[in-house]
Amino acid sequence: MSSKPSPARVLPRTAPDPRWRPGSPVQPFHSEIFAPAGEASGAGLALALARDAMTSLAAGEGEDTRQVLWVQDRAAIRKGGRPCLAGLPQDLRHRLIHVAAATPEDALFALEEGLKCRDLACVIGEIAGNPKALSFTASRRLSLTAEKHGVRLWLVRLDAAPDLSSARMRWQARAAPSAPARWDAAAPGPATWQAELFRARTHAPGQWSLSDDAGTLRLAREPDLDTLAAPDPVHLARPTVGRSLAARIHA
Amino acid sequence: MLLADARALCPDLVAVPGDPAGDLAELEKLALWAQRWGPWSALDPPDGLLVDVTGAAHLFGGEERLLKDVAAAFAARGLTARAALAPTAGAAWALAHYARPGAILASGDDLLRLLADVPVAALRLDDDVLTALRRLGIKRLGELAGVSGAGEEDLAREAAARDALRRRFRNRHSPAANPLLRLDQLLGKVPEPLLPVIARPMPLVQRRLMEPIRHRTPLDTVLADLAAEMVRALEARGEGARRLELALWRVDGEVLQRRIELAAATREAGHITRLFAARLDDVDAGFGIEMVQLRASWSEPLALAQADLDAAAEDHGTSLAACIDRLSVRLGPRAVTRPVARASHIPERAQSWQPPLAPVPPSQHPLAFHSRPLKLLDRPEPIAVLHAAPDGVPQRFRWRGEVREVARAQGPERIAPEWWRERSTARLRDYYRIEDEAGRRYWIYRAGLAGDGRGGVPEWFLQGLCA
Repeated sequence: MSSKPSPARVLPRTAPDPRWRPGSPVQPFHSEIFAPAGEASGAGLALALARDAMTSLAAGEGEDTRQVLWVQDRAAIRKGGRPCLAGLPQDLRHRLIHVAAATPEDALFALEEGLKCRDLACVIGEIAGNPKALSFTASRRLSLTAEKHGVRLWLVRLDAAPDLSSARMRWQARAAPSAPARWDAAAPGPATWQAELFRARTHAPGQWSLSDDAGTLRLAREPDLDTLAAPDPVHLARPTVGRSLAARIHA
Repeated sequence: MLLADARALCPDLVAVPGDPAGDLAELEKLALWAQRWGPWSALDPPDGLLVDVTGAAHLFGGEERLLKDVAAAFAARGLTARAALAPTAGAAWALAHYARPGAILASGDDLLRLLADVPVAALRLDDDVLTALRRLGIKRLGELAGVSGAGEEDLAREAAARDALRRRFRNRHSPAANPLLRLDQLLGKVPEPLLPVIARPMPLVQRRLMEPIRHRTPLDTVLADLAAEMVRALEARGEGARRLELALWRVDGEVLQRRIELAAATREAGHITRLFAARLDDVDAGFGIEMVQLRASWSEPLALAQADLDAAAEDHGTSLAACIDRLSVRLGPRAVTRPVARASHIPERAQSWQPPLAPVPPSQHPLAFHSRPLKLLDRPEPIAVLHAAPDGVPQRFRWRGEVREVARAQGPERIAPEWWRERSTARLRDYYRIEDEAGRRYWIYRAGLAGDGRGGVPEWFLQGLCA
């Protein structure tokens, strides 16, 4: 066991990418996302980052059928609610296991047990506030367990101050006004977040406007008109140039 | 007759309370014990046993000697028994109840003629059917079947009796209500399935300790020994445990029970020990524990499996079932769940939570044009709104003490109450997906319409948070 170098030592040897971008081949084992509790931006960004990591790491390996563990403590459930099955991404609906922990200590125990399990795709945690149990030692335990067993953790901290932590990437997330929806300009568009990476080992800190485009994490300000936000995957319509009945009548 | 009346008539009467459940349990034990005469036995509540002795009589030296052995064995247990032997279960029952003890019918005998003088109650019929037959003047089996014990053949009379029975009881389908069906079962013309009693001893291991233990360390050692022994017992049966019960007998007679349930059938001693260790922290040993017993009260088939050739995969991490076991032992079985879809339109009712490794029930694929929020609040929170039109989109609302301006909205999506589940006063809901000026996306609804007659002014609620 001691002869095998830990992934933490292996990671920095790969060429560090100075600027983070979605789909990066270097994915941390332990990330923290700080988000306000009155919106689902933290959980949304955690899911988007987790799916981004899963697709970029397991490209061409076939469908991933491993389960995803989602741990919430009681305060997080009270403030932000439970995951809604019909609102989850299509490929996660049938493989989500939810843990409702009463206290932050129990939530940390569940997170650690989840990280030790080899049959899980990733672990998503939600802990509200700055509980005493989630000290630097506890976060270090989580980092080491995640790196030892190779299971990735995205921990959402609701309404929390960024205190000491050993997470490899730490984000500050909040919701941002979305791009107009494709069919209805008055409707809310695809989920968009303002994400600030304020501490990372392999990347320079920075700020991004990210959006979840039909399950893919993208930079929201990308000048790519084709992908600019179609919330629905239906590409059946085309412009009715010169064929509009109304145009003919007016002509 | 009431007990008081009976006592008035006979003051020496001894009254014993009835115990039907205990009697049935005793009968079950007796049925297992009676398998000494045949390979399988069935219950005939409240007071009968059926034993299949086909091909086993010669082991006792013939059928008469077998019945004598039965009588002697029951007498030795202090029980009065009436035994009889016949080719079918129905005939044996009739003989045992309405013939002299020890009656035997051989397989070649003409059952109907030999049993023609037996009362119709020997057919195991319901009381109302017996009453109907008595009013018809039918008392004996021979009268019912149209034969007489004298021996003269009258096929026409027999056929007429059958026809009359069939017409009379044509819409009775249960055997206990249809004399013709029972008659055919007695004669062996119609099969009569019986439910055999099979003993399934539960795997149980225990340790009696020479010295009562009062400390945790020796208890852990004993537990590890028991777990290893239990694993061997389960392996011999090709099973894995789903529920394990640990009982600790204290010197002062107190019994402490600990029970764990497992997410999947398991046969790993280390895993069992670890799960119980988490539950033994609050054990009060008192003056010492003198006996420890471990039993698997629920086990499932679990075939022997090839160990993983890659040793690294074996000791690297835990399996999913083990992980869920550890979580549910510490957090409680209801804390670890999986959301599954249910057939309902109401959002909070459209998903339920079930044990994570239970099979997922089939469900319809959700409609793609219904966009749902990422998270649902446990109960919708009321919001105060300012709206432009009485039935329109709100412009501004206050939630959790903060006023938010609605920048964009989509809706309404009307979800009508489910009248087959709810009261008639339940109000419909108009759902809106909204985004406020800071980009926060929510799912809100208005309960009811302004003039629907199901309450006052419609109220607004916030139910979901969109990603």
